[in-house]
Amino acid sequence: MITPALDKADKVLDLKGLLCPVPIVKMTKAIREVQVGQTIEAFATDPGVMADIPAWARSTGHELVLMEKLDRQFRFVVRRLK
Amino acid sequence: MLSSTPAAPFDPAFPYAQAMRVQTDEQAVKNKLSMIVFSGDMDKVMAAFIIAAGAAAQGTDVCMFFTFWGLKALEKPGVLTGRGLFGRMLGLMNRGGLNAIGPSRLNFGGMGRWMFKRMMKQKGAASLPELYEMAVDLGVKMTPCQMSMEVMEIDPSLFRENVTAPVGVAAFLAEAAESRVTLFI
Repeated sequence: MITPALDKADKVLDLKGLLCPVPIVKMTKAIREVQVGQTIEAFATDPGVMADIPAWARSTGHELVLMEKLDRQFRFVVRRLK
Repeated sequence: MLSSTPAAPFDPAFPYAQAMRVQTDEQAVKNKLSMIVFSGDMDKVMAAFIIAAGAAAQGTDVCMFFTFWGLKALEKPGVLTGRGLFGRMLGLMNRGGLNAIGPSRLNFGGMGRWMFKRMMKQKGAASLPELYEMAVDLGVKMTPCQMSMEVMEIDPSLFRENVTAPVGVAAFLAEAAESRVTLFI
C-alpha cells in the first residue's frame, strides 16, 4: 500500500536498480536542484537505502519525511532544509 | 653538515610546519575524510571510491592520497610508464588505468577481472570509471605521492586530468590531522 503523500513532491527520482553508493550520490545532486523547503520523492530497490538514506539525511541536515517498504521497492520523501 | 646548520625560521607556507601547527590545535578537526590508497587492486580501489563518493555525498570534504600501487588507479587508460629498463618493465608487467587493474584475489591473469566486471554489471553496481567520475563530480580531491611516482618512474602527465599536483607525507599529515576520519586502504 502506498501511503499518499501529504503534498505532491516537487521532484520525483527513480533510483531503482542502483546499488550503493549511487542512490545517495543521486540524492545529493537532486537536493541541489530543488529549493529549500521543497521535497523529493524517490523509489529504490536496493535494501541498503533503508539504512543509508536516514544516515544521509542526518549527516546532510535534511528532513526524511517518509520512508516505507512497498511490495518490491522502497519509497522515501526528503525535504531540503538548507 | 646537518648539525652545524642553524634552525630554519618558522615558515607557515612550508608543508611540515603546517602539519605541526594543525596537530597542536585541537579545535582544527573538520568534517573531513583523509584516505591513503596504497593498494592498486580493483576491489580495494573500488571500496576506496565508494567510501569517498558516499562521504562526499554526505557533505564531507574528502582527500584521497594515492601512493605506491594505488598510483595505478590514477593512470589514464592504456599508458605505459617507466623511463629506464626496470621502470619500463614495471610499467609493462603492471598496467595501470581503472579498467586494467585486477582484483586482489582470483584474478587468474585477467579472467577474474573480467568475471567481476561482468557480475557487477549484471547487478547494476557502478563500475570503477563511473565511481571515479562520481567522486570527481562531488569534489573529492585526488592527490598522488611524489616519492612513489619518482621510484616507479610515473610521469604526472600520465594521470587523469582531475588529479592534483603530487605531494609528500607532510602534506598528507596536514590533511589527516584535521580530518575526523582517516583510512588506509
